[in-house]
Amino acid sequence: MQASNTNDTSGRTTGHECGDPLHIGSLTLQSRLLLGTSGYPNMQVLLESIAASGTELITVAIRRINLEDEQEEGFLSTIRSLPVSLLPNTAGCYTAKEAVLVAELAREALETDLIKLEVIGDDETLMPDAEQLLKAASELVMSGFTVMAYANDDPITCRKLADIGCAAVMPLASPIGSGMGIVNPYNLQLIRELLPDLPLLVDAGIGTASDAALAMELGYDGILLNTAVSKAEHPVKMAAAMRHAVHGGRFAFQAGRIPRRFFAQASSPMQGRVGQ
Amino acid sequence: MSESTIQINGASSRLPDTGRLADVLTERGIDPTDARGVAVAVNERIVRKADWVDRRLEAGDSIEIVTARQGG
Repeated sequence: MQASNTNDTSGRTTGHECGDPLHIGSLTLQSRLLLGTSGYPNMQVLLESIAASGTELITVAIRRINLEDEQEEGFLSTIRSLPVSLLPNTAGCYTAKEAVLVAELAREALETDLIKLEVIGDDETLMPDAEQLLKAASELVMSGFTVMAYANDDPITCRKLADIGCAAVMPLASPIGSGMGIVNPYNLQLIRELLPDLPLLVDAGIGTASDAALAMELGYDGILLNTAVSKAEHPVKMAAAMRHAVHGGRFAFQAGRIPRRFFAQASSPMQGRVGQ
Repeated sequence: MSESTIQINGASSRLPDTGRLADVLTERGIDPTDARGVAVAVNERIVRKADWVDRRLEAGDSIEIVTARQGG
């Protein structure tokens, strides 16, 4: 789904969201920032953050319906009214079997083949269980899902996910919600080198705007973040910051940076100096 | 006749006399013929919306009724 920019309540022009789309499966996104919907102070802040971020794809979790709470129905109908697509996740799943069931429930409930696949190995790091992740990815791809796989920053696992047929691979910057930013840029660069043609997004651990910009400078195709915005002191402002950071990083990547030099190289010419 | 128990979203519940999934849903305010944003699994197997109306339940069945909520 291509979002119009008319939901941008800030009134800012959004011309730089056009002309450089991100294709994931059959989805075309003008914004390379994907946003999670968890942990905001209230619904109003969530809605304003979505608008300020310019995102066109937001994540949701699949959970038991609260049979006594009608407010829940309000959440889904509210976000469905926005010009965004929904990306259900398999958060909280520890086995391939659980993840596959949740993905099928998500597809049935939301009528989408998109799935953000998370299969977690332990509660403290929330890092993926690579073995179960690969198993789940394989089953879901064979069942026709468009799988965006949240992965360890391990080049081999990422390549295996690509070989399985995932539509996007999303290595972590650092543990979910940690805000540590990119702890292993070398690995992320390796993954980018190994998988030059597959949509790669950095997902998890982004803490502030510079983290997102760096990921884009490394050549990643997009960023998925949640806590960095929802738990910021001013979530709406941070959402806007992330929007600009993703653009800035993307432009810098496309512009081609200068090489790093050990010694200085004068930027002003030496000829014609006074007193020579 | 002994009461038949099923599990719905982790809580014990009484199996309706009709044994129909559709009645379980209707009792909880979910229209079995038109419920967007909702999905159902019985015994860890998904039940497609088209099958909600005809699906029969048995004592001991475990039903999950889910929807989308805030998540990262």
